[in-house]
Amino acid sequence: MWLFDEIVKFHITELEGQVNHMKYSYYPGCTLKTKAKELDRYGRLSAAKLGAELEEIENWQCCGAVYPQAEDEIATKLSAVRTLDAAKQKDQELVTLCSACHHVLKRVNDDMKNNEYVRTRANNYLKLDVPYEGETSVIHYLEMLRDRIGFDTLKAAVVNPLKGVKIAAYYGCLLLRPSGVMAFDDPENPTIIEDFIKAIGATPIKYSQRNECCGGYIAMEDKGAAQKRVDVILSSAKNAGADLIITACPLCMYNLDANATESVLPVKYFTELLADALGVKEED
Amino acid sequence: MSLTNTVTAEDLIRISGVDPSKCMQCGKCSGACPSYDEMEYHPHQFVAMVRKGQIEKLMASDAIYQCLSCFACLERCPRNVEPAKLIEAVRVAVIRQQGMNHMTANDIPEKLDEKLPQQAIVSAMRKYSK
Amino acid sequence: MQRIGVFVCWCGSNIAATVDVKAVAEAAKHEPGVVFSTDYQYMCSENGQAMIREAIKEHRLTGVVICSCSPRMHEATFRKTAVSAGLNPYMVEIANIREQCSWIHKDMAEGTEKAIILARAAIAKVHLNAPLVAGTSPVTKRALVIGGGIAGIQTALDIADAGFEVDIVEKAPTIGGRMAQLDKTFPTLDCSACILTPKMVDAAQHEKINIISYAELDSLSGFVGNFTAKIRKKARFIDETKCTGCGICTEKCPSRKGLNDFNMGLNTRGAVYIPFAQAIPNVAVIDSAQCIHFRTGKCGLCEKNCSAGAIKFDQKDEILEREYGAIVVATGFKPIDASAFNEYAYSDSPDVVTSLEFERIMNAAGPTKGKLVRPSDGKHPHEIVFIQCVGSRCTEDATKGKPYCSKICCMYTAKHAMLVREKYPDVKVHVFYIDARTPGKNFDEFYRRAVEQYDVDYIKGMVGKVSVEQDHLHVQGSDLINNEQIHINADMVVLATAIEPDPTARALGTMLTASMDTNDFFTEAHPKLRPVESPTAGVFLSGVAQGPKDIPETVAQAGAAAAKVIGLLCKNELTCNPCVAHANEALCNGCSQCERVCPYGAITYEDKEVRSPEFRGIKRIAVVNGAICQGCGACTVTCPSGAMDLKGFSNSQIMAEVDAICR
Repeated sequence: MWLFDEIVKFHITELEGQVNHMKYSYYPGCTLKTKAKELDRYGRLSAAKLGAELEEIENWQCCGAVYPQAEDEIATKLSAVRTLDAAKQKDQELVTLCSACHHVLKRVNDDMKNNEYVRTRANNYLKLDVPYEGETSVIHYLEMLRDRIGFDTLKAAVVNPLKGVKIAAYYGCLLLRPSGVMAFDDPENPTIIEDFIKAIGATPIKYSQRNECCGGYIAMEDKGAAQKRVDVILSSAKNAGADLIITACPLCMYNLDANATESVLPVKYFTELLADALGVKEED
Repeated sequence: MSLTNTVTAEDLIRISGVDPSKCMQCGKCSGACPSYDEMEYHPHQFVAMVRKGQIEKLMASDAIYQCLSCFACLERCPRNVEPAKLIEAVRVAVIRQQGMNHMTANDIPEKLDEKLPQQAIVSAMRKYSK
Repeated sequence: MQRIGVFVCWCGSNIAATVDVKAVAEAAKHEPGVVFSTDYQYMCSENGQAMIREAIKEHRLTGVVICSCSPRMHEATFRKTAVSAGLNPYMVEIANIREQCSWIHKDMAEGTEKAIILARAAIAKVHLNAPLVAGTSPVTKRALVIGGGIAGIQTALDIADAGFEVDIVEKAPTIGGRMAQLDKTFPTLDCSACILTPKMVDAAQHEKINIISYAELDSLSGFVGNFTAKIRKKARFIDETKCTGCGICTEKCPSRKGLNDFNMGLNTRGAVYIPFAQAIPNVAVIDSAQCIHFRTGKCGLCEKNCSAGAIKFDQKDEILEREYGAIVVATGFKPIDASAFNEYAYSDSPDVVTSLEFERIMNAAGPTKGKLVRPSDGKHPHEIVFIQCVGSRCTEDATKGKPYCSKICCMYTAKHAMLVREKYPDVKVHVFYIDARTPGKNFDEFYRRAVEQYDVDYIKGMVGKVSVEQDHLHVQGSDLINNEQIHINADMVVLATAIEPDPTARALGTMLTASMDTNDFFTEAHPKLRPVESPTAGVFLSGVAQGPKDIPETVAQAGAAAAKVIGLLCKNELTCNPCVAHANEALCNGCSQCERVCPYGAITYEDKEVRSPEFRGIKRIAVVNGAICQGCGACTVTCPSGAMDLKGFSNSQIMAEVDAICR
């Protein structure tokens, strides 16, 4: 059932992609301006190298970091709608890097498209010239690489293939679930980051915990709980033979890095490896 | 505490959009839950207890702060019950009450460390306070 | 002017509780042409029917209106009543005041008003009814059984034993179906092949049964008693009349990479192969996509080694045209694709298998010769986890899976668990289950034996995740009874995957105009009273094609379907429906639009001499074959000149009903 939706969505975004081909609206989010500067900087450098222009949304606001699941939450979704509408005004697809921002924007966008209750009330608050009805196509940077630029094109652009590096992809939760709305990849058997790893010349290491939670914000409430999660993930990746683990999420990065107790693995943002492979890392 | 005087199963069903009667009590949500051992009540119990109107116990339990919102229960549920939404509805019903914020801005400084991303603070504040 | 009698039925309280039946009978009295009107508790009872017969005679009725249940229920009953009183059966009209009125209304005043209107419409129609006489059509005394599994084999045997010819069309190179793949059968644990293969042999040797293997139905035309089927016999590149089934070609074939379908792809086979030792027909088949000769033009080792000269690389698909009186659908099932449930790591580890794969592993003729080993490394497993309901009982809005219970999984999982413990007492066996569903003779006793005698660990709860770790599968699930999340390090995981109709069923349903449900199971004519008939006349249902069921149920249904087929084929002729279309020659201009919309191919054209005030000369005119026409009315609404009309449901009759309703 969700597969069909995905196919439809794929075709729709395919068509939309033709409109404004290599120019995208870009939403960095709070953390990419502070603790996760590398995620942002290497992402931009690499995109430029690949011919994709990321235009940062002007005067963007925090997306709220978590998607408010309660049906009656409207106010907490408004800043996301403003961002979505800004991309609509420029007739551009909206690209995000942070998993959490991506999750919030994609789900709020889905609400604006399919949930009449949220759509009506959000528009009543915002009083836009033209009501926003979910017109913007929200894609993650990885989706841009896969579906717009293409991993073959990426592979051809690689100047420093990361030969022999065994890399474990860490997906976490927010990119994949709920799959009906995120439509990012198969939620139980994703391949996009592994395909990315192959494209930059490294060897992907598949392990069972790649789509299990790192603990997320529980680190603020119960550090022990986060440490338990992280140990399970890292030992699984390590036992599978990984040298390195990569992620797209600053909070996953934090947990995997700061809350590892038993097993330790170097953690990097995927954009850093991308920049390295494309030879744009030193230029900074 | 007179929490259940104000919050009913119907309220939680409305806030969450979840229909607990769809549940067949297979326990797959709790089998998938990464926070299981930390939680006093488990995802399938949230569904069953809302169905039976045992709201007070859920609202008084720390389990509502242990859910990671990882959506594993929601994704894997064979009956699309979406337990995560119900857990969030209970949490929301608690923190929307006067003086019931689980975490406040004053709690943050002692939790900060050098690497902690803004995302964690915003997420926790959104999850644990009004 | 007709003399019409109106009979209002109470149907006990079914109608009378919501409709004032006396008021309806009274209102009908004032309609034009009505000379008699009454009500009665049960009009379909013997007394009720006697009342109708007497009224017809006493009041010299020419038309009858019965206000009662749906015509689907009792139209035939009341028509017979009319006939016995000397009235033409097509002078009877039913006003449905039960399903379309009393059952859907709560308010007595509303229900009564509507019932009166419905009665009025039926009375208006009867005024324009004319006596109709049904023709007859002959019956071809041969049956077609589609699918050669246990359902199809049993149906064919029962029909053939009654003396009628049967063709079995099987899409695989051999008959036998899913049952041939099973190791043991529950709850008796007899060997599946041991009880199936004698039946396969019986079918092959029966003088009335003709097995057409490696073949599929291409098209079908006609109607009950008179079907014409085109059957595509796929090229197997072997001369069936010459092949002795010696198997030398299968040994010599150098291409060994084909996945062995019979063993669920757990091992490989040659490009030329015989599916299994007891295959019927025991004839080889060449997989042309795999064969080196077809790909490169070289090799031909099989041809060189075949002493019978049976290899025929130039063989082509063949179309057989055959006529049948009845068709039985026995297309069976397949397990769903378990890779949709990758939280159980089916795609990630060869040690996660489906139950049907596990059957092959446990079978002496399977890929491991019946030795239980881990597919990944051939080692003996020490701990096995079975997971039930994988893809069954999922809601329509869930991301994946089927909404129904697959019915057979609880029992075969108990069987697997027991067989493992019997053969390998050192192996620990866990079964995750939601409900253990065992309603069948000796079924619950069987399941309890697994628990009590074989010490199988039944865990009430579901698995949330199977993780592939270095040397084991980590199974994390709920134990709802103990209220804990449990973790098991297993060597193998077996998934009781849901079953679904064979993928060929949907296209076949369209071809047969046989209705199907949203899950592609064929729908029965009545869920309780006509469980082996399709709503399409002459099409019968056998086995899992109609819904999940086990072997004994399948065999019982196969016998029931055969009895229905025999009942049909016994008749020399069938009474046709006289409510068929006909063209008004004066109005028809031969535009061909009716022919294009006719789903039954009942309309042809003839050049006829016409003498009318407007036209004189030769004209192309539509002619309806009354034996083929099913009276669907598609042509009457399509006809641009209003030439097509339907007997018994003429345009004027329908307009009279509409007028009566709007009055």
